[in-house]
Amino acid sequence: MSVVDIENLSIEFPTRRGILKAIEGLSFSIEAGEILGVVGESGAGKSLTGNAIVGLLEPPGRVSGGKITLKGRDITHLSENEMRRVRGAEIGVIFQDPLTSLNPLYTVGKQLTQTILTHRNISYSKAKDRAIELLTEVGIPAPELRFDAFPHEFSGGMRQRVVIALALCCDPSLIIADEPTTALDVSVQAQIIALLKDLSRDKGVATMLVTHDMGVIAEAADRVAVIYSGRLVEIGDVRSVIDAPKHPYTRGLMDSIPQIGQNLKYLPNIEGAMPRLDGRPDGCAFNPRCKMVKPVCREEIAALRATENAGQMAACWIYDGGHKYV
Amino acid sequence: MLNFILKRLVQSAIVMLVVALLSFFLFNFVGDPISNMVGQESTTKDMEELRDQLGLNDPFIVQFGRFVVNAVQGDFGISYRLQRPVEDVVAERMPATLELVFVSAIIAILLGVAGGLFTGLKKKHWFSKVILTGSLVGVSLPTFVIGILLIYVFAVKFQILPSFGRGEVVTLDSGWTTGLLTLSGWKAIILPSITLALYQTTLILRIIRSEMLEVMRADFIKFARARGLRQRDINFGHALKNTLIPVITVAGLQIGSLIAFSIITETVFQWPGMGSLFIQAVQFADVPVMSAYLVMVAFFFVMINLIVDLLYFVVDPRLRVEVRG
Repeated sequence: MSVVDIENLSIEFPTRRGILKAIEGLSFSIEAGEILGVVGESGAGKSLTGNAIVGLLEPPGRVSGGKITLKGRDITHLSENEMRRVRGAEIGVIFQDPLTSLNPLYTVGKQLTQTILTHRNISYSKAKDRAIELLTEVGIPAPELRFDAFPHEFSGGMRQRVVIALALCCDPSLIIADEPTTALDVSVQAQIIALLKDLSRDKGVATMLVTHDMGVIAEAADRVAVIYSGRLVEIGDVRSVIDAPKHPYTRGLMDSIPQIGQNLKYLPNIEGAMPRLDGRPDGCAFNPRCKMVKPVCREEIAALRATENAGQMAACWIYDGGHKYV
Repeated sequence: MLNFILKRLVQSAIVMLVVALLSFFLFNFVGDPISNMVGQESTTKDMEELRDQLGLNDPFIVQFGRFVVNAVQGDFGISYRLQRPVEDVVAERMPATLELVFVSAIIAILLGVAGGLFTGLKKKHWFSKVILTGSLVGVSLPTFVIGILLIYVFAVKFQILPSFGRGEVVTLDSGWTTGLLTLSGWKAIILPSITLALYQTTLILRIIRSEMLEVMRADFIKFARARGLRQRDINFGHALKNTLIPVITVAGLQIGSLIAFSIITETVFQWPGMGSLFIQAVQFADVPVMSAYLVMVAFFFVMINLIVDLLYFVVDPRLRVEVRG
């Protein structure tokens, strides 16, 4: 059984000029011990999906359809108080910027023990032991001493480790890491990714790794989901998606990664920009930028279909009837 | 840390000296105290003798030096008007003002923080809108208008609270007189303290509100929510604590200006404090009293600022490191 199951999730924003659909018909699941990379450009809806799972959508955004199941329990429409008990306990969240994620006025020990004591009915000294154990686990040297340190006394990478320790406080079964390495420099990125990988392998945590960095995906993820303009356009094993992308958008993404040693005048890119939420074309949202556009693309949206690679699915008319990518 | 305090103390002393110089300098031009002191029959010779006796013929620097040396010893000279030592007169009046300021500050901080938190956290609630509209009145109406309004409603119409004075006063062993131990004293302090506190309340309220709105958008609040912390812990711990630095700054300055503003309130309510003493001193060109008053107010300001600076260190750990390093 998968740890988390997203079925047909839709998120919308009611505005004065009508309802904007930010996410439509999104489905995926993550197994225990698996890291699912979620990629897409800014505004595609990656972070929104993560926020919807933990029930932290900023109003007026709301889940308008679909179902989120965590370990067999439907958490789509839990009350705020029930959802609060799920957050931090069963789902751990890691945000982008470790410099601003920690409260500057509390010691990391206080933030850790406060989180533990909120969810677990144990004594303070037990919570403190647990906090120090967590700091050790995420690789912070001299955890007993660092327990009483304030966030500003840590470096950026160390702070992100503290953030991860906070997300792990109560042994969650799912971790949502929203761009966990974006604010870090490359060598620290690699350490944090290695840490996330170890944690998901050793503890069997399902991880949803939201990023726009294909390098991070290639390094960390087992499977990858590509989101374009609020819809899942491709999902599959990380190697097959990277080596043999099926959807024209994914293919464009992969082609846009410059290779070392290439001597280019211009960086390759996908012509055009992602449409705004209120300006999506009919049919496939990618059709204005797609080089392989067919008449049907401008009328109807293709469903996610199997491709010739096992487990790799793409939402493109090219696969209508299981045809090959041409 | 000790180093810092010492440095601030030296700075404070310099500030005090400058204030003393300015006030002493200024008040030498507000009028001739001699003409107010002598009777109509006195001759020019009498006036000259008095002038000599009071040391008013000495050069300015000598007069100022004498003033400072005496002031440091707590001796502010003899009031021209009352013919009594200024420090005795001030000591009589100070408890009234400080009690008024104390009660007002408590009101302002309690109501300001509570109102600011409420309006900051429930910004769409109808009561928040009522509070904010009401607070506009507090900022825009002059103190004396509010005072007179309160007197009209509670003292004249309903006749439940006195319109002037301190009520019954108890003298403590230390010579401090207090109205806070008698019922009539409490009744008497309600209207003036509300009048005095209203402006400060609205100011603190508005600062806390805008800081709350700002902090609630911060990443660490979102992360705290994502960790499933209780909303109560987030609001009153994580968020409120982060709004405190600007609030302490402003509240500190405001408590200082409460002492200064109390002049108006004391006049409206005939409160027997330092403010009304100062007004009378101005009318009489009573230089020693005026100087003493200004130096006292400056002293309070400087002390409050020192306390505010020290409070920063208590609240914000980031500052502690900078001082240590």
